[in-house]
Amino acid sequence: MKIQIKNARIMGCGEPSDFFIEDGLISKPFTSKPDIIYDVSGAALLPGLIDAHCHLRDPGFEYKEDIISGTRSAAKGGFTSVCCMPNTNPVCDNASVVSGILAKSKARGYANVFPIGAASKGLKGEELAEIGLMKEAGIVAVSDDGKPIALASQMRKVMEYSHDFNLPVLNHCEDPSLGDGAMNEGEISTQMGLGGIPTLSENIMISRDLLIAEYLNLPVHICHVSNKVGIQLIREAKARGIKVTTETCPHYFVLNETSCLGFDTNAKMNPPLRKEEDRLAVIEGLRDGTIDIIVTDHAPHHVDDKNIEFSLAANGIVGFETAFSLGYTYLVRTGIMDLDQLIRCMSALPSKILSLGRGTLKIGAPADISCFDLETPYTFDKNSMMSKSRNTPYDGYTLYGKCKLTITGGKTTYEELC
Amino acid sequence: MTLISKDLLGLKELSAEEINEILHTAEMMKLVLSSGNKKTSHLQGKSVITLFYENSTRTRLSFELASKYMGSASANISASGSSVNKGESLLDTARTIDMMATDVLIMRHSQSGAPHFIAPYLKASVVNAGDGMNEHPTQALLDMYTLKEKFGKLEGLKVAICGDIYHSRVARSNAIGLSKLGAEVFLYGPSTMIPMGIDKMGCKVASSLAEAVEGADAVMGLRVQLERQKKSLFPSIAEYAKFYSISPEILSLAKKDAVVLHPGPCNHGVELSTMVYDSPQSLINEQVTNGVAVRMAVLYMLMIRRNLQ
Repeated sequence: MKIQIKNARIMGCGEPSDFFIEDGLISKPFTSKPDIIYDVSGAALLPGLIDAHCHLRDPGFEYKEDIISGTRSAAKGGFTSVCCMPNTNPVCDNASVVSGILAKSKARGYANVFPIGAASKGLKGEELAEIGLMKEAGIVAVSDDGKPIALASQMRKVMEYSHDFNLPVLNHCEDPSLGDGAMNEGEISTQMGLGGIPTLSENIMISRDLLIAEYLNLPVHICHVSNKVGIQLIREAKARGIKVTTETCPHYFVLNETSCLGFDTNAKMNPPLRKEEDRLAVIEGLRDGTIDIIVTDHAPHHVDDKNIEFSLAANGIVGFETAFSLGYTYLVRTGIMDLDQLIRCMSALPSKILSLGRGTLKIGAPADISCFDLETPYTFDKNSMMSKSRNTPYDGYTLYGKCKLTITGGKTTYEELC
Repeated sequence: MTLISKDLLGLKELSAEEINEILHTAEMMKLVLSSGNKKTSHLQGKSVITLFYENSTRTRLSFELASKYMGSASANISASGSSVNKGESLLDTARTIDMMATDVLIMRHSQSGAPHFIAPYLKASVVNAGDGMNEHPTQALLDMYTLKEKFGKLEGLKVAICGDIYHSRVARSNAIGLSKLGAEVFLYGPSTMIPMGIDKMGCKVASSLAEAVEGADAVMGLRVQLERQKKSLFPSIAEYAKFYSISPEILSLAKKDAVVLHPGPCNHGVELSTMVYDSPQSLINEQVTNGVAVRMAVLYMLMIRRNLQ
């Protein structure tokens, strides 16, 4: 199978040229007749986006999302690879669930799916999960995401044991004794009469994990950092030589806690949206590289789980179909970073942290690419989403960077060229 | 003037003019209440439903009596004994009530924002009778009415609100309402019960009970909400009573003609000593009567707003 993509601006710069794919790999230009020709009319052709942190809800919560709808949504957002968190039902804490996820995604998925295994059995934070057997089955990292690894002794064990299998440990940092509220603690939560989740709860655990990583001289990856002090802790730790990487999500650089006013449950997530100064610190952390990557934390929820009383509503928002546009609109068009840096944050670096061997346009690499129209603004419509869920705060936003074409391993997974 | 919104969700949502208009209307309603024939026809042919997910004596009864004195059909539903116990969602319950040609739905709920959540879905006017830790607007309105009745104005009054501020929707609504009308609000309680950033709501956080009460025109005690104490925020009732209670000695720091308020129900000897409760300065019983008048005023104004539509 040969694909020729015409009029593509490779990496978003230069004059439009042609791009070639043969048998699932990026190829040198060929002169023979291609099976498929796409004309992307000057769209930017980028390495396929890689999401290191999402929830596909499959198995167990297919009424919110499943592997098929989730990966279609990912493909529509320009993602070619997604790493799904283990808080499914049953929990992805053993090789058979890992194999099930991989089998379904290979047979019917629209993106490469890389499962993340639970760090502890049942996400209970007590006993190690079968990390080695899950690695054999295909996990790329371990995490109890959604829940923190509450005990320091357990976190130490997870880091030590995972290192034996060269698996990164991704921790959702939140001290549960400090964090049982519904939104960021501060004047807005007080004004709304909602219990608060202090930044302190996130930062105490970030500090703990940095200290464990330093003590053991092992790597750690901090999930979805959301606040100024947390970012500063990581910045200082990197300067001290601690092997730490971290991520943030578009909502932490686009929104702040004021989105919760009016009790909008599409602004409810964990970590919660923080103050404006935190949002600005996230942007600075991305700009100076303290924050390595941008992930979606795609968290689909059914309307029944969201359209209820604020404190009872589920945490999280969908993210695949807006992530690149938000990054491009709020970081690149504003001049905070260039397109190359955004692509690194959303492709090459996630691949590097999770050792996926992707995120490149080199000849011979797997043909994971996506094309984006960077020039034409569009109005994001939540009802246009491929996801089963509609929990997004961005309905009606004017954005740039609409995905026009996604090819994963040489297979077209999304296309909207006219 | 009429109310801007079809609902009364909180004092955050009301302007100073709207609050003044409600207080002014309540004066008329109080005259009705104190007359021999407590009957008006303002709500004739209308229906008022109270839906209470939490316990209540005075709020619920005063709303019910207010609506009956004004001639409406009224009924009560509580969470226990309704389909809520069968797992019916808040939205379905509210819509069901709405579809019975209900004009006003008065709701108390344990979750902050619950009335804000249902209001846009209903044709009925929603009145917040207390939502979680957020607001209790009619309580604050009756407190403000009581103070205005006593002092003739609210502007320039110093009001001390003492106790469990963290869990208190009464404190929040009063802080918002009183400061909108120019009163100076001082809050005091154990630091574990002072929510972060409350000083940004137009009030001051005092550093001692004496500082809060000194020179005050009004001292409001708040109930220690024992049922909301998920974790212990103070060591014992005895210790709370010793350091945080409004005693006659503390009250003597206030102005000579200062008044004592309490939203009730009161834990005697905990947040307020019985001597203070029963003192001539106490308007706690007067508050209850004013509660009916203020709620009549609220229902009256909502009905005018509805009739305009």
